[in-house]
Amino acid sequence: MNFKAKQIAGFIVILACLQGAPVFASTASAGAVADEYRWLTFIVFSSIIAATMYITWWASKRVKSTADFYAAGNSISGLQNGWAIAGDYLSAASFLGIAGLISLYGYDGFMYSVGFLMGYIAVLLVIAEPCRNIGKYTLGDILAFRNNPKKARMIAALSTITVSIFYLTAQMVGGGVLVKTLIGIDYEVSVIAVGTLMLAYVVFGGMVATTYVQIVKAVLLVIASLVLVTLVWMPYGFSLPAFLQAVVDDSKVQAQVAKLLGATASTMTPEELGQRFLEPGLFLKDPIDQISLGMALVFGTAGLPHILMRFFTVPNAQEARKSVVWAMAIIGGFYVLTLFLGFGAAIHVGPETIGSIDKGGNMAAPLLAQYLGGGEHSLLGNFMLAFVAAVAFATIVAVVAGLVLASASAIAHDLYVNVIKEGKATQQQQMKAAKIASIAVGIVAIFIGILAKGQNVAHLVGMAFAVAASSNLPAIFLTLYWKKCNTTGVVMGMLIGAGSAILLVLVSPNMTYPLKMVADAKIVLEGAPNKAEFEAKISEGLICEFFTTCQKAEPAKPAVESVISAPQKIADLKELLMRIRSQEAVAGINKQIKELEKSISKAQDDIAKFGSQTTSMIGLEKPLFRLKNPGIISIPLGFLMVILFSLFKRDKRAEDLWEELYVRQNTGLHVEDVSH
Amino acid sequence: MPKPKIHWSAISDDARFKALHGDKNKFLWCMMLFALIFYFLLPISTAYFQPILKIKIWGVINLGLIFALSQFAIAWMIAIIYAKRANTEFDVRAKALVEDAHNIKGVL
Repeated sequence: MNFKAKQIAGFIVILACLQGAPVFASTASAGAVADEYRWLTFIVFSSIIAATMYITWWASKRVKSTADFYAAGNSISGLQNGWAIAGDYLSAASFLGIAGLISLYGYDGFMYSVGFLMGYIAVLLVIAEPCRNIGKYTLGDILAFRNNPKKARMIAALSTITVSIFYLTAQMVGGGVLVKTLIGIDYEVSVIAVGTLMLAYVVFGGMVATTYVQIVKAVLLVIASLVLVTLVWMPYGFSLPAFLQAVVDDSKVQAQVAKLLGATASTMTPEELGQRFLEPGLFLKDPIDQISLGMALVFGTAGLPHILMRFFTVPNAQEARKSVVWAMAIIGGFYVLTLFLGFGAAIHVGPETIGSIDKGGNMAAPLLAQYLGGGEHSLLGNFMLAFVAAVAFATIVAVVAGLVLASASAIAHDLYVNVIKEGKATQQQQMKAAKIASIAVGIVAIFIGILAKGQNVAHLVGMAFAVAASSNLPAIFLTLYWKKCNTTGVVMGMLIGAGSAILLVLVSPNMTYPLKMVADAKIVLEGAPNKAEFEAKISEGLICEFFTTCQKAEPAKPAVESVISAPQKIADLKELLMRIRSQEAVAGINKQIKELEKSISKAQDDIAKFGSQTTSMIGLEKPLFRLKNPGIISIPLGFLMVILFSLFKRDKRAEDLWEELYVRQNTGLHVEDVSH
Repeated sequence: MPKPKIHWSAISDDARFKALHGDKNKFLWCMMLFALIFYFLLPISTAYFQPILKIKIWGVINLGLIFALSQFAIAWMIAIIYAKRANTEFDVRAKALVEDAHNIKGVL
């Protein structure tokens, strides 16, 4: 025990150095926090990290067996698990990302909140309790119950690792960028800090530490959001119409809508522009894509391995049910708050400022905190910014810990213990395998995080949801509820479901297409001529709505005026500068010139980077698939393939064990000896 | 302590078990179907029925915002209704079966 304490102390020292080094370096690049308040950021970050380290030290004494390591010894209560699920789910993407989308695009950002919550209805009604009654530690346990155990475990492990790696990469890259933008620590250093901390939680404290860190983090996140929302909403007497009226009347919001709508905005009054912010269609434009995204969110949640794993930490199905109900209350409540965080950031900070610091809007909530505390140069403002940033950092570390634990359990429990050792491993060997697997996955995560620097990873979380929905969910669902489901169906369904989701994303508009990048850059640098009116086109068939091989239905578009090149615009503005006197107008024009110069240098960079290439990563000149979200095709395909291949071949074991599985999942009989 | 042997197929043929999972399934699928239809109406209407969502109801608050917020209310309602029925009815019936499990042997 003493040895463990020393090891943990060592970790804290390493982390303090990682945290401290850039803080005291005079050349640290600028973050959102002003230099004179960096010490404050350092104190807030250190306190939160120290608190999680204390939890890990305390948890390390309680982790004695694999049941403790993977499932916290079934000792977590429903309420605690509810908070932990909320913690796992409220990743940086939802806390920072959704608030940001709402602050930039209004209503459409809120659509994400709704989809993320509705996913829990499927978890509550059809997944949580049966899984608790059947499984032990992993997705593999559930699928191996009546299917061929070796094959089922191998495919379950493969899918678990795939989903977790997608999700994890997005978190690592997002975390690195976040810490860099907020406090100016180097990207690589923050990725290593996230990875090291997370490994400390997992290796020393297993599921016990991961769970309690999630709980603490979720509570901090909710408190921080409640404080911000109270401050935002109070001036309007906590009246919803009065607050939204202020959003509609805000000139920054109106300017943002005008920018998003382009030419059509010229005929609208300021009130109409503001009102448009509360209406759909500013961000999500393709209807089919929107439905496809909704499907991935609603069906994917129930298939996320790190969420599934949480149901094994409670003692029985009743507690599992209770934990989902609590999680729905907490997550739903939090997502309602995002509406105020996003709109609050829009009226106080302004969409233009938010977008200029981070294009995706991820800095909306932290900047709002800084504003509400008194602004850039106030002590309280910087304290609040630091607090929100530290909570966001803790969020990323804790979510990554959950993901690493899920992958490590798939490798150690499913692959090593049950496939390679055929279940004949001692407690000690199992524990050793679990820890080695965790460290290996953790190191891989750090490497991927560093390699993916500067990559566009926004679609990876969507991809994780899509793969989970197209592969894990059909397999779990049909294993639990359909008598004829068997090994062949599960294996083929999962392979084809996951494979099609990944393949469709690889040929989708999410990828980078050099020809398009260069063409866009050239428009910035050289301008574009008039575009003639565009006549409506009729669809050549249903399949054309999804693939670019033929013409899809398109509405008529009015003629577009020529685009003036950015260098020309700068010249025009400079000429204008000579003629005006007003200080304010000069400052405004100078700001515009700066923005234009930025866009020129970005365009030049793009041409330098992509000019020599003509095809995307997998050799396409333009996307083959029209949608960004593959769910609408890959989810039905996953279900269909499980069904078809199950009917194709008979499986005696799957049929013989059906009655036992069905009785168990409905009654919870023999939960104490799930030992397959 | 050796565990008494459980006759799974006998239990699954037991009238009480059949009634339990029948009632449970009917209830769950109704709720699930309702939730899915209600949710997907949102992206469908934001895609194809925007004019309806733009109708202002209360100050600047339009039907679209109310519809989106109502999704939260519906999700919570489903959670509460399900939890209540499961706690007071399904759990009790399942417990009775579990306690009687080793006596259910069926026709051997």
